[in-house]
Amino acid sequence: MPVVRADLNTCQGYANCVLAADDIFDIDDSGTVVLLRSEFPDTERPRIEAAARTCPVAALVVEQ
Amino acid sequence: MTRRRVAVIGAALGGLRTVQALRAAGHDGEIVLVGAEPDLPYDRPPLSKAVLSGERPADDLGLATAEELASLDTTLLLGRHAERLDVAAGDVVLDSGDRVPFDDLVVATGTRARPSPWGLPPGAHLLRTRADAVALRSDLVRGGRLVVVGAGVVGCEVAATARTLGLEVTLVDPLEAPMVRVVGPGAGAMLAEMHRSHGVRTRFGARVEQLEGTRGALRVRLADGEVLDADTVVVGIGAEPNDGWLAGSGLEVRDGLVCDEFGRASGVTGVYAVGDVARWWHPRHQAHVRLEHWTNAGEQAAVVGHNIVHPDEPRSLAPVEYVWSDQFDRTVQVAGRPEGWPAEVVGDDEAVATGRFTALFGPPDGPLTGMVAVGSPRSTIAGRRAIATGTPLREVADAIRVRTVANR
Repeated sequence: MPVVRADLNTCQGYANCVLAADDIFDIDDSGTVVLLRSEFPDTERPRIEAAARTCPVAALVVEQ
Repeated sequence: MTRRRVAVIGAALGGLRTVQALRAAGHDGEIVLVGAEPDLPYDRPPLSKAVLSGERPADDLGLATAEELASLDTTLLLGRHAERLDVAAGDVVLDSGDRVPFDDLVVATGTRARPSPWGLPPGAHLLRTRADAVALRSDLVRGGRLVVVGAGVVGCEVAATARTLGLEVTLVDPLEAPMVRVVGPGAGAMLAEMHRSHGVRTRFGARVEQLEGTRGALRVRLADGEVLDADTVVVGIGAEPNDGWLAGSGLEVRDGLVCDEFGRASGVTGVYAVGDVARWWHPRHQAHVRLEHWTNAGEQAAVVGHNIVHPDEPRSLAPVEYVWSDQFDRTVQVAGRPEGWPAEVVGDDEAVATGRFTALFGPPDGPLTGMVAVGSPRSTIAGRRAIATGTPLREVADAIRVRTVANR
């Protein structure tokens, strides 16, 4: 099952990922990404890859 | 599906994201990606921050890995300028004389730094490309005095980065505060204070008349007669769309390529534009709008990728403008249009003094239309959603205030 990983040190709290997929991503009060779930079925991969790509600092990676 | 050939002119963020969106949407025909710079697609925001500070190497800004680029099965033509578009023939003429034929064309040629009207003697820099950033850094690491002409986003970021590197920095702008066009005058005044508190000298409301001298001995003469001595100068006075190559094509070019809300150029089929060069019809603003925002380029690319593959079920876009800027230890986030200062500032005096505040813009009894949040990332999420849905400003202010209190 594909997984999404977040680099918490890179995250700057721009929150584009939250706007793109708020069932997967949130950010906390310090402005750091929180993964609401990290695994998802293959059928969701295009949507979540697109959401990961909205990160201005490439802190999100989708892996198999 | 017929295997159509797509030419994407411009190989930065907008161009690459269009190619990714085309493949994600199922486009299985040929794609040609043409870039004026010799580099593989790279990201520009770090050029005025982490690259200047030395935290990130200039050659480590790639927007896609080599494997990813290979998987996109795209022909890359780099270091080539598009010179002319022949709509009737369906091809783009490059400076090499080669012609790139297309069934669908995506114009993603972006912007260039506005040239300095005072010339650019040695030690004076524009900042737009990776090569610009490398050249500027090589002067900044010598230390000394930096004068930044233009207090827009790029100018403010360069000033903050250079100050952090220990240079003596003076920020000059003809307007009364920094980033006024982006955040409005009120929030701009707060940002001016932030820069001064970090030791940046400021000359707002000051017009530059002359720039002369050479590296290490530059002089910036202001209209009031003051002369600012500098070792290095940055001229950051905005950007201009790279749309000259579309002249004579018959397309409507008006400070960018004019498109409908689906990203389609007016009056032709099969021509689209994304990113800084694109002037799309904005359904909420009822106007053609050109945005120079990172997030917007990606949003438009996703829509255009879909619309090329599914021309009979096109998606439209009514983007909530979103731009951020990192200066010193603060992130400035701007959503929508912060026009008319402001209906409401959320954050007590202490919060404002420490540079954490949220300003909400819009009619007091109407919908939220704009937001400036400094050091308040969660507010921005609420603001971007509220602007998209037309949520009343009052409701957003109450929600943010409740959150703030609950956190104490």
